[in-house]
Amino acid sequence: MRRVAKLSAACIATAALALTATACGSTSSDNSSSPSSSGGSGKGIKIGLAYDVGGRGDRSFNDSAARGADKAEKEFGGSIKELTAKTSDTEADREQRLTDLADAGYNPIVAVGFSYATSVDKVAAKYPKVSFGLIDSVATAKNVDSITFTEEQGSYLAGVAAALKTKKNHVGFIGGVDTPLIKKFAAGYVQGVKDTNAKAKVDVQYLTHGSDLSGFSSPDKGKEAASGMLDNGADVIYTAAGSSGNGAIEAVHGVKGAWAIGVDSDQYNIPGLAAYKTSILTSMVKNVDVGVYDFIKSVHDGKPLTGNQIYSLAKGGVGLATSGGYIDDIKSQLDAAKKKIVDGTVKVKTS
Amino acid sequence: MKKLTQRIDKERLLLGIAAPLLAIVAAIVVTTLVILATGKNPGAAFSDMLTYGTASDSQVYILNKATTYYLAGVAVAIGFRMNLFNIGVDGQYRIAAFFAAVLGGALTTPGWLSIILIILCAMATGAVWAGIAGVLKVTRGVSEVISTIMLNAIATAIIAYLLQPGKLAELQSGGTVVSTKPLAKDAYFFQIDTGAAGELWGFIFIAVAVGVAYWFVLGRTRFGFDLRTVGQSESAAAASGVSVKKMIATSMLISGAIAGLIGMPTLLNDSHQFSNDFPTGIGFTGIAIALLGRNNPIGIALGALLWGFLERTTNHLEFQGYDKEILGVIQGVIVLCVVIAYEVVRRYGLKRQQQRVGAELAAQAAAPTQKQEVA
Repeated sequence: MRRVAKLSAACIATAALALTATACGSTSSDNSSSPSSSGGSGKGIKIGLAYDVGGRGDRSFNDSAARGADKAEKEFGGSIKELTAKTSDTEADREQRLTDLADAGYNPIVAVGFSYATSVDKVAAKYPKVSFGLIDSVATAKNVDSITFTEEQGSYLAGVAAALKTKKNHVGFIGGVDTPLIKKFAAGYVQGVKDTNAKAKVDVQYLTHGSDLSGFSSPDKGKEAASGMLDNGADVIYTAAGSSGNGAIEAVHGVKGAWAIGVDSDQYNIPGLAAYKTSILTSMVKNVDVGVYDFIKSVHDGKPLTGNQIYSLAKGGVGLATSGGYIDDIKSQLDAAKKKIVDGTVKVKTS
Repeated sequence: MKKLTQRIDKERLLLGIAAPLLAIVAAIVVTTLVILATGKNPGAAFSDMLTYGTASDSQVYILNKATTYYLAGVAVAIGFRMNLFNIGVDGQYRIAAFFAAVLGGALTTPGWLSIILIILCAMATGAVWAGIAGVLKVTRGVSEVISTIMLNAIATAIIAYLLQPGKLAELQSGGTVVSTKPLAKDAYFFQIDTGAAGELWGFIFIAVAVGVAYWFVLGRTRFGFDLRTVGQSESAAAASGVSVKKMIATSMLISGAIAGLIGMPTLLNDSHQFSNDFPTGIGFTGIAIALLGRNNPIGIALGALLWGFLERTTNHLEFQGYDKEILGVIQGVIVLCVVIAYEVVRRYGLKRQQQRVGAELAAQAAAPTQKQEVA
C-alpha cells in the first residue's frame, strides 16, 4: 500500500504540474466563439443580469431589479439572461458570472447587489466596450454605472409617519442584518422619529449579525422580534429585513391598533401579504427597477450612463407608498418633511 | 509468501478504487435522472461540463478553489483520524482570517516578514479557537461536536462585533462594504501569471506542503501512530501507554492551526482584506471533501479538485439554462454515494476476507487428515 501511495503521489504531482504548465491552452472564451449559441432571438438588446443571493422571486430587492429589466425588454425587444449568486461565492465566482455574460455578447450587464463591486471593476476593465450597471455600491471603472439609493431619506419619512401615528410614543425598527446598508435605514428612521416627536422612544433591533445573513430570510425571527417590541409597548414597527419582514407584519397584525411599515416594494399590494394589509401603514419603496430601467434605456439609446447615479428622494428613487390610504391624513406633514430634505434644510444621517 | 502479499495488495487497491468509482458512477446516474426530470438533455450538460471545465481559465479557477478546499479537507481529516468531529473548522478559519487581516493591515514590516506573521497569526488564532473545544473535552468531557458548533456561532458574533467602522474596520466608498484595513502591496503572496487564463495563487504550494506534512506526520512518526491508535480504540491506546487526553488536545490544536490556513489563500492572494463578504461555509465543504477523500492526503486533493471542477462547470450550466440548484444536487449525491459505496465495498471486502481465511483454514484442516490417512 505504501508503495502504491508513493507512486500515485508522484503521478498526481506530475499531473498537477503538467496541468499548470499546459494551462496555456485555449480559454473558455476562445472555445465559445459563437456567442449566439446561447443568446436569445438575436435581435434587440441583450440584457445580462447577475442577481444577489435569492435571485428572481425574492419578492423584494432582486425582484425589483428584475421588474426594471422586464420593462426594458418589453419596450426595446431582445432577451434577458439571468444568473444568481450563491452564499458560498468568492470573488472568482462573481467574476466568472460577469465574464460569462460579457463573453456571450450581453450588453448591458447589470450586477445586482453590493458584493459585485470589486468584480465589476475587474471585468469592466477587461471588456471596455460593454456597459455595466452596479446596484448599491460604487465602482471606479469608466464603463460602469453605479446605481445607489438614499435609503436614509426614505426611512426618515417612514420615521415621520411612525412618530405621527404612534399613540404610545413608542416605535420600533427591525433590521435583517447589521450591515452598513441596513444601518442607513435605521439611522434615517430614528432621525425622522426624533425630529417629529422628541419624546418618542425608538427600539432598534437586528435579527442577525455579521456574516450570518439568515436575518434576511427568517420570517420566524422577524415575528419573534416584532412580538417582543409589541409586548414592550411599541405600536409602529418598521422592518427592513427581506422576507423576515413578512413575519414581523404578521405579528403586528395580531395586535389591535399597531402598525407595520414595509420596505423595498409596496408591500400593501403583495398578494402573499394580503391577509395582513390592513395593518400595513405604508412602505418605504426603493425603486431599484427605475435605476435598472434608466440604465438599460441609456445603453439602448447609445448614450450609456456612467459614474454614480444617486437615486434620491428628490429624484423619486425612494419614497413612501400610499396604498391603503392610511397616511393620507398626515400627508401635509410628510410633504413638509420631504421638502425640507429635498431643499437641504434637513440633512439625514447615514449611520 | 511474497506473491500472496502482492495479490492482497492488488485486491485492496482494486477495492480502494472501486468505492469512489462506484460513487461517481452512481452520482452521474442520479444526476442524469434529475436533469431528465427537469426536461433537459443530460448528454449536452455533461459535454458542456467537460469542454468548459478543461479550458485553461477553468483550470486556474479550479486549482485556486481546490487550494482553499484542500486545506479545509486536511483540517477536518486530522480530527477524523482521531475520531474527533471538528465541525468548528468553519468558525476557526473565519476568526483566524479576520484577526490575521487586522494584523496584516496594521503591519509596516517588510513584505516577506508580514506574510510570515500573518500566516502565523492565523494558525495561532485557529489553534486557540479549536483548543477551547479540546480543553473542554479533556477536562469536562464536553462533546467536541456541541462545543465547536457553539464556537462557530460565537466566532460569527465576535467578528460581527469587531468588524464595524470605528472598531477594527472601515467603511468603503459606496457605504455598503465594511472591511479591515487592506494589506500593504508587498504583503501580497506571489502568484503565477498564466496570461489570459488568469493568475494561479502561489498558496497552492503551501497547500501541497501541508499535504506532504500531513502524510508524513500521520504515517511516518510516533505521534501519527499514537493519533491513529487513539482514533481506532481509546482504551487500547491508553493500555499501550498513550496519553489519550494529551492526544485529544494536541490534535484539536493542530486541526485548528490548519483550519487557520484556510482563509489565507483568499486573504493573501485575492481579497487582501477581510470584508463582510468574505466567503463563509468552507469548513462544511471541508467535511464533505475529507469524507470524499477518506482522510487520505491524495484522496482529499482529488476531492478538492472535483469540488472545484463541479462549482466551475455548474456555474456555467446555469448560464446554459440549466437550473442552478443542480450543483447542490450533484454535490449531495456524490457525498451520499461515497459514504454508501465505501460501506458496501468494505462489507464486500470483509466477506471476501472471511471466505479466504475460511478456505485457507479448511485447506489446512484437510491437509493433515489426508496425511494421516496415508500414514
